[in-house]
Amino acid sequence: MSESVIGRRLPNVEAVERVTGRARYTDDLSFPGMLHAKLVRSPHAHARIKNIDLSAALNITGVRAAITGADMPERYGIIPWTRDEQALTTDRARYVGEAVAAVAAVDEATAALAVGAVRVDYEPLPHVVDPKAALAPEAVKVNDCAKEGNVTKHVHLEFGDVEASLAASDVVVSGEYFFEGTTHAAIEPHCAIGQWDPRGLLTVMSATQVPHYLHRELARVLGLGADRVRVIQPPIGGAFGGKSEPFDLEFCVAKLSMITGRAVKLLYTREEVFYAHRGRHPMQMHYRLGAMRDGRLTGCDAKTLIDGGAYASFGLVTSYYSGQLVTAPLKLAAYRFDSTRVYTNKPACGPKRGHGSVQPRFAFEVTLDKLAQRLGLDPIALRRKNLLAAGERTVNELLIRSTGFAECLDRVEAASGWRQKFRQLPFGRGVGVAGSFYISGTNYPIYPNEMPQSGVQLKIDRSGRVTVFSGTSEIGQGSSSMLAYIVCEELGVELDSVRVVSGDTDLTPVDLGAYSSRITLMAGNACLMAARGLGKKIRGVVAKRWGVPARQVVLAAGQAMRRGDTAERISIAEAFQWAEAELGTLGGVGHYQTRKDGHGDYRGGTIGASPAYSFTAQVAEVSVDAETGALTVEKIWIAHDAGRALNPVLVEGQIEGSAYMGFGEAAMEAHLVHPSGLHKGPTLLDYRIPTTLDTPELAAMIVESHDPEGPYGAKEAGEGPLHPSIPAIANAIYDAVKVRVDSTPFSAAKILAALREPATRC
Amino acid sequence: MEAVVSDAPETLMALTLTVNGDRVRVAVSPTRTLLELLRYDLGLTGTKQGCDKGDCGACTVLLDGRPVNACITLALSVEGARVDTVEGLADGPRLHPLQDAFVRLGAAQCGFCTSGVLLSAKALLAENPAPARLQIKQALSGNLCRCTGYTKILDAVEDAARALCSKGQQP
Repeated sequence: MSESVIGRRLPNVEAVERVTGRARYTDDLSFPGMLHAKLVRSPHAHARIKNIDLSAALNITGVRAAITGADMPERYGIIPWTRDEQALTTDRARYVGEAVAAVAAVDEATAALAVGAVRVDYEPLPHVVDPKAALAPEAVKVNDCAKEGNVTKHVHLEFGDVEASLAASDVVVSGEYFFEGTTHAAIEPHCAIGQWDPRGLLTVMSATQVPHYLHRELARVLGLGADRVRVIQPPIGGAFGGKSEPFDLEFCVAKLSMITGRAVKLLYTREEVFYAHRGRHPMQMHYRLGAMRDGRLTGCDAKTLIDGGAYASFGLVTSYYSGQLVTAPLKLAAYRFDSTRVYTNKPACGPKRGHGSVQPRFAFEVTLDKLAQRLGLDPIALRRKNLLAAGERTVNELLIRSTGFAECLDRVEAASGWRQKFRQLPFGRGVGVAGSFYISGTNYPIYPNEMPQSGVQLKIDRSGRVTVFSGTSEIGQGSSSMLAYIVCEELGVELDSVRVVSGDTDLTPVDLGAYSSRITLMAGNACLMAARGLGKKIRGVVAKRWGVPARQVVLAAGQAMRRGDTAERISIAEAFQWAEAELGTLGGVGHYQTRKDGHGDYRGGTIGASPAYSFTAQVAEVSVDAETGALTVEKIWIAHDAGRALNPVLVEGQIEGSAYMGFGEAAMEAHLVHPSGLHKGPTLLDYRIPTTLDTPELAAMIVESHDPEGPYGAKEAGEGPLHPSIPAIANAIYDAVKVRVDSTPFSAAKILAALREPATRC
Repeated sequence: MEAVVSDAPETLMALTLTVNGDRVRVAVSPTRTLLELLRYDLGLTGTKQGCDKGDCGACTVLLDGRPVNACITLALSVEGARVDTVEGLADGPRLHPLQDAFVRLGAAQCGFCTSGVLLSAKALLAENPAPARLQIKQALSGNLCRCTGYTKILDAVEDAARALCSKGQQP
């Protein structure tokens, strides 16, 4: 019998297009007569817009249109309960770099000239960039959508009696942590093209990872029927959460195209990408964690202040995730969290890879390390004492259907040589461990509805080819490949006989998008359902002709075969033809709808609930130069429970890329805004991300726990593995030089200051 | 903010160069960058713009065999030069061993940095057919990749170096 396609080291189906330069990203597209648009941006952190005069700009030869927020004032927002943004702000600018007007001209240079000619009359207002200051009663109000003061969202949840639990503990460790803001820095800047069709149809091509949500918001803001709007997502040059909600440029190219009747393109400069931001929230976190002398964890108390920037973005979810997603892989007896997200006059924060939970994971895992030290326990042993098992619920009632975390710990412990290294390496060198879990999609969609989260249609062709239509967003993670592998496995076609059409709202059924690590589980299951339905029909027809039971017919390796009989076989194309002759034109549909269980019945209990959770353990080995404080991360071992690796090459790629990104946040990345409101360095030179020479050796290991909800048991791999990088490195720094650096990034200056301050040697 | 751009018509100047083996003669403005020339005038969109400041390396092309950032190279400065882009890397219908290794080993995820990485790697292998891993890292240190963590890129360059050596081919 031929080998299964699932689990094989196959190529990414998009790879040849990408290595030959043939893939056409949004900015690679152009259309006859296409205009170029640019945005006019506020130089003030906070200012009332008294007047905008477009006349001088419109008088420049070659300028075709100019618009302000008054042309599309409808508010939008990715979360329907917090629609607090406008395509172009009409009343006030709330951060340096906020767009207030847009122009379209025959070329970029003319558009730039027009930007300079737009006269905006601002009345500067007091501004606030510090989240604590934003909470003060006298603070200026940043966003009128705040319910109270500058609070976007406040969440307070308690499970069990935390104070009693901590009081009864043998040891309680507390700590103050700060996680600095970071940004996605995808190499492709945001780009969008609008095309108005005189029949009243609008097409927007955009580097978005959420075509469906963009589709909805475009229709709403522009006042068009959703059936008149088409969103196409061309190949996309990295996203990481930074392209997962509608942006000003998408509305502007649409509106400018509607006004001019011509295609309009807008490409962000790199500087503008930093203003669009939606990166990781800075979080100030206070943690208390208790344990009994034998290492059993007791209560955990977390208080978190979240710096949101000028708009809500996904902030409602961020506020919940910051508390809901530290409750596994370890069992807690009692848990309480109190999270407050505030508005500040800075670019809005949003979801970056590991949304909302990377920051608290840092605080939790470092606190756990301190606890292990106080108890005199090995931190891996401490974790082993507190494992949640499959079938158990977390303290906040999330149902864990599968977990490979124990194996993840075993794998990193063995591979890293932990037992020979921990507390045994010479001063200046150390190892640290951390663990985490993450969601494989969310049980509930962003806007309430009863429809499936993902749909797939299959078309099979008498040539032996299968086309998959899916609304998924291929963002480099391999979602199109994943769909193709499932089709190969179920219908027996070869990989090069599968075409995947994705990310086009006119052509494909809805998928909610590439966020929250949902695609493999959700679109994978939808594709599996569609392919299994078709496979059953085809096997039935072949079985009938051969006069055997359908279960004896196998579709694999480009053929239909009779089980156990090598002589009886036909090509898959012939099998498709037999089926088409017997049943008529063949197609298949499948969908996936999440189960609405596995979470607590309390307000907010659904947020953080997922059909399946991935688990990760990491060990980092570092060197610290005690004279300069310079940190070198030598190697990171990452074991990730992805349920089942549908293609190990792609899963390893996600693990390595995640660990790299976490390393960057630990070692160097900081998205900083000056007290004046000016961005401190909106370039890739100032906002440093790791190069080949910075990046440590990354050893990715796959653990497979076969989740009952996942397609073939698969869970997510794209976000979970990032989480432990930061605390594992922090804990390794302690092992190396016996100082704690509880704020990111772990710069040489901070480590050196800690080395010179005896009090930090806890 | 006052505009500083002049709307006086720019003088176009003639430029002759060889791109992927083809002789090209075009008229360009003195402010045109090599990246703009390739992408906008010649339609060679395989070369990407990531930052337009020389920070990210996505626009790396070979100028007489040497990797340069096309976004900070003025088009008129390459008069008479040979420019190689990702579109010229394959040998006709056959992938270059670097491309083949990137496909097999999963070294390209989103693919946006890939063109630049491939050309930096090609220049390295032309100079050093059997580089050590550290030498590969040094050669690619000007190409930022945000997806892969570089591991599979380094593996693929090593793989391609072995393939080229065993075939006795010039990269």
